[in-house]
Amino acid sequence: MTAPTIHPSAAGMYRTTDGLGLWPYRGKVAAVGIGHSPTMRRWDGDPQTSIGAWCILAVRKAIADAGVSPDQVDGLVFDPETSTGAYWPADQPVPADFLAAFEQTRDPMDGLAQLSPEWLLKNMPELTNVKFVMLASHCMSMAVAATVEAVGRGMTNVCIALKGWHNFAGRYYHSGPNALPTVSGPGKHTPQSWAGPTSYGTAMQFERYTHKYGGSHDMMAPFVVNSRANGLLFPEGYFAQHRDTPITVEDYLTTRWIAKPANLFDNDMPIHAAAAYVFTTAERARDLQQPPVYVLGHGGGGTVRGDSYAPIAPRSSVETLEEAQVNAASTARRVYEAAGVSASDIQFENCYDGFSLFHVFWIEGFGFAGVKEGECLDFFQTDISINGPKPVSPSGGNIGSGRTRFWGWTDTIQQLQGRAGVRQVKIDAHCGLAGAFMPIWSNFAVFSKDPG
Amino acid sequence: MPKQSPIPDDLDRPFYEAANEDRLVLQYCAADDRWQYPPEPVCARCGSAENLSWRQADGSGTIYSYGVIYDTPIASLQPDQPFNCAVIELDECREIKFMSHLPGTPAGEVPIGAPVRVIFQETPATGQKVPEWQIVES
Repeated sequence: MTAPTIHPSAAGMYRTTDGLGLWPYRGKVAAVGIGHSPTMRRWDGDPQTSIGAWCILAVRKAIADAGVSPDQVDGLVFDPETSTGAYWPADQPVPADFLAAFEQTRDPMDGLAQLSPEWLLKNMPELTNVKFVMLASHCMSMAVAATVEAVGRGMTNVCIALKGWHNFAGRYYHSGPNALPTVSGPGKHTPQSWAGPTSYGTAMQFERYTHKYGGSHDMMAPFVVNSRANGLLFPEGYFAQHRDTPITVEDYLTTRWIAKPANLFDNDMPIHAAAAYVFTTAERARDLQQPPVYVLGHGGGGTVRGDSYAPIAPRSSVETLEEAQVNAASTARRVYEAAGVSASDIQFENCYDGFSLFHVFWIEGFGFAGVKEGECLDFFQTDISINGPKPVSPSGGNIGSGRTRFWGWTDTIQQLQGRAGVRQVKIDAHCGLAGAFMPIWSNFAVFSKDPG
Repeated sequence: MPKQSPIPDDLDRPFYEAANEDRLVLQYCAADDRWQYPPEPVCARCGSAENLSWRQADGSGTIYSYGVIYDTPIASLQPDQPFNCAVIELDECREIKFMSHLPGTPAGEVPIGAPVRVIFQETPATGQKVPEWQIVES
């Protein structure tokens, strides 16, 4: 096997500026395979459930699902970071049985708390033909956008988009700098040191939202209840596998606050899981095992400078509601322009929801179901279920299935393939929207049953 | 409340030195007529440091929005939960936003849009003062 070309940044793949027009590869790239690991609240210490092992498992399942042979895979796009807040304790040695179970690199964290191309390829010897590797930060959304762009440009023909999330014992962010009596760095001036919970920014924006447009936090209940209900119909998700209990409106209204107006159920629960998708050209997709789901276009938000892809900086110490709204609407405009569709073409949506309150900004930004600024809470009081005319978050999202930021991609592909099982939307869906994560930093895509 | 003491660095030392003198200073770009906070090495609009200087601001403002913190990972703030964390927009430049715990305002009883004035409070670990805001009673 020839060593693959490793692209350390995917920044050049994103469509984050206005006026780029129709995506040149509209309908020419298709999703053809899905693979998921099981889920777990926290790693249980078994080498075979480490995040490295589960990434391998997800990739193997996706390849099998697509019906390609491993030696036909020539591309791999993934995020080498596997944490959103859980870190391996500095004073704790890496378990010997983990080290013995896999081919290791020089970094003992590989496969345990991060993922390098070298580690992955060493431990997947069947991937003999990978020539293209690209590292996409933070999110499956970043990996999917880079993957479909790479397939479109002809940089790879059969490409895997992969994302793994590890979770360890202990609470997020309670150790390290937050335990100190002093604070250094830019967090001195931001909510990071003045508030603490990562949901604070969204909560503060939501408070401003209800002040500006009316409505109340209680009006989020139908969305969160619906998300958990959908999550319980998602066999790949955490709650369907481990906590098969719905949330009631009363549960939502009486649970504890984290950063009011964000309560416990507005915060997505960190879990341990991995997922992978196979993308290829529309031409190649025709004779594969699953019905192809075509990518009509993708677009996003963020600041691209050379190899750097960073969040859009707020004007001052915190992103305001108005900035979030502008950023969401800008992303939506680019996505629609790329896909050559409008809001009325989108029949169901799987926008980011971790934290749940974000979902309001995305629905309004994309104008899903004709919802305009300030109208989403009223929209949530209508039938937003999988049985209704405009299904909202049929995946259940991060709220309904655990923090991974990838459920929406899986569900959108499955819905359009007709493989969503009991979660299948009742409308005859031809076109859906998926993407994540925050308005300051995101990638979305429109998928269709038809290449257009 | 016993918040973390900020450790000044080269970029924001003038801000914190002024705070210790009960003054609020912000970066100001004369070329762009633009206030800037948090401190940056250059003006975020023109990309130059040439016309960037520190200017004193009055510190009066209004409450833009807020949240009430019940479960913070910051150890020093935990004894005072729940507490307010408001966003203040300055009268001098509405785009400039500061965080404040609104001392004197009970948790959750925060009137968005209310006028506020700046005060300075010591932080326990080092004695470094930081700007805080209090509601101006009418």
